[in-house]
Amino acid sequence: MSDESARNITEDLLRPLQRTTWRFYVLVAFLGSIVAMGLGTWAYQMYMGFGMTGINNPVYWAFYITNFVFWIGISHAGTLISAILRLVNAGWRRPVTRCAEVITAFALMIGALFPIIHLGRPWLFFWLMPYPSSRLIWPNFRSPLVWDFFAISTYLTGSVLFLFLPMIPDFALIRDRSTGLRRRIYGALALGWRGTTKQWHRLESAMQIMAVAIIPVAVSVHTIVSFDFSMAPVPMWHSTMFGPYFVAGAIFSGIAGLIIAMAALRKFLHLEEYLHPVHFQNLGKLLLMMSLLWAYFVFAERLTVWYGNDTPEMNVFYVTQRGSFAPLYWTMVFCNFVLPFSILAIRKLRTITGCVIASFGVVVGMWLERFLIVVPSLSHKFLPYSWGHYQPRPVEIMIMTSTFAAMCLLYVLFSKFVPIISIWELKAGEHPSPALSPMAAHEHPLGETHA
Amino acid sequence: MSAIYALYDTGDAAQRAVNSLRNAGVADSAITVISDQPMEAYEFGEMNRATRIWYIASGGGLIGLVFAAWLTRMTELAWPLPTGNMPIVSWWPNLIVIFELTMLGAILATVATLLVAGELLRRRPALYDPQVSDGKILVGVDGPAIPDDVERALVAAGSPRIMRI
Repeated sequence: MSDESARNITEDLLRPLQRTTWRFYVLVAFLGSIVAMGLGTWAYQMYMGFGMTGINNPVYWAFYITNFVFWIGISHAGTLISAILRLVNAGWRRPVTRCAEVITAFALMIGALFPIIHLGRPWLFFWLMPYPSSRLIWPNFRSPLVWDFFAISTYLTGSVLFLFLPMIPDFALIRDRSTGLRRRIYGALALGWRGTTKQWHRLESAMQIMAVAIIPVAVSVHTIVSFDFSMAPVPMWHSTMFGPYFVAGAIFSGIAGLIIAMAALRKFLHLEEYLHPVHFQNLGKLLLMMSLLWAYFVFAERLTVWYGNDTPEMNVFYVTQRGSFAPLYWTMVFCNFVLPFSILAIRKLRTITGCVIASFGVVVGMWLERFLIVVPSLSHKFLPYSWGHYQPRPVEIMIMTSTFAAMCLLYVLFSKFVPIISIWELKAGEHPSPALSPMAAHEHPLGETHA
Repeated sequence: MSAIYALYDTGDAAQRAVNSLRNAGVADSAITVISDQPMEAYEFGEMNRATRIWYIASGGGLIGLVFAAWLTRMTELAWPLPTGNMPIVSWWPNLIVIFELTMLGAILATVATLLVAGELLRRRPALYDPQVSDGKILVGVDGPAIPDDVERALVAAGSPRIMRI
């Protein structure tokens, strides 16, 4: 790679860190105010009590648990996709991986917040942790809620480290180009990185192990989240296919979230040189595949329930197919299958705009799917006398809205302080090593092989 | 610390410097090459590749597994609470916790190994030049036995300026 090319990469990707426009402050103030309103609403809920929400007998899990499952699903975009692309050494991954890994870290943090909000008395959240009480009673390790604690903690720890390790060389780069307090902060984050051959090899080995370890952990996390439902004898929850169904849905919504984030970064940080249409096309193909897989799972689930004709399950089945939840159900089908399939199956429509439209549809559709898993089953349990209904209250809607703003805010702040594309990986990807890389082509602008 | 090094613009020049140092009798283990990206296309990029990090990660996973097996069994026996007609020590649900802690052990062992074996977080001053961040490749020797030979070797490889610390 020429010196000029390397310098351009460095300058382009460090530009957001060095220059701050008024737009950044306006955006941060706007998103920050929504987050502040959300925090205020949460405090209000704590003060007034859980009765401020629409959650009541028989629907004890509603908006908050819907959002918990949704955000854990979104978190599957990053680390899982990044780990798979790293392991298969897909050259086009280089500009994508960090954008994706950041989503995982922040979405997991937001997702893990919802069970705490749902507690009503969040200051007692430490009761979820596996430690003995004063009477030496431990939490029941046979409870899916304790499994959640272990799974989410492991995934969050692994994802944060998986994100942090490849950032170390970039922190060192910023350290060498900074002065004063900024130099000290980035110097501390760089952990004394120099870039010796030994350090590069150890980092490469560590990233390979992390990638191998994080894939089964990612799969286990959403499987365990599905166990929160499938271990309960509730109509249409007690299903053996919930594990893979949830994992597929999580990857589906995660890819959609990643495409939206990449499109926003490309536009607002002017990263057109690095986030090429081919990246969106490849992710669009993945999204299309996951859309088909999602449709397969929904068909398999619905057909099995319908064919079994078990009365309690059919009650839930009909209330979603043609009852009060039908508008949401068919919107979900449109957003998760009809829309992405119509756009992404046609090569000409698989543009950046097309991928973004399909992704917005999928994000909406997957949120509805989570809602339709949680609420109709709880509101239509086995005995009709116990049936009820649920309607979200403003408190829940405000808190949910503020978490979307929190995700955007965290992402904006991250891209302000850390290069959102790995500089050293991009340089290494453009390194002239003909034995390893074919020449650049229209399909492969980075000049590397597609896995 | 005492060290002699030179900065090179290209990987080819850095490779010549490494070869030149080897010809001057400097062992590979004494040669330091620093770059702002992995230099896998060059022979010197293969130095120091051998590592036991995979074994250590496996060991970390094993420790996590044993700890989780002990923890789940111990807690269930500490207060035997019949749940859902399951046995007091229920290995099926315990496997979930065991799996998670096994992977966590492997992940933490990997990161700890990277910090130690990669010589990160060291307090001792180390051979380095911030110009590496501008794309230069540093080739040098930390604590050279015969400084003049090292200097001659680095000059012979084409560096206009030799730095001494």
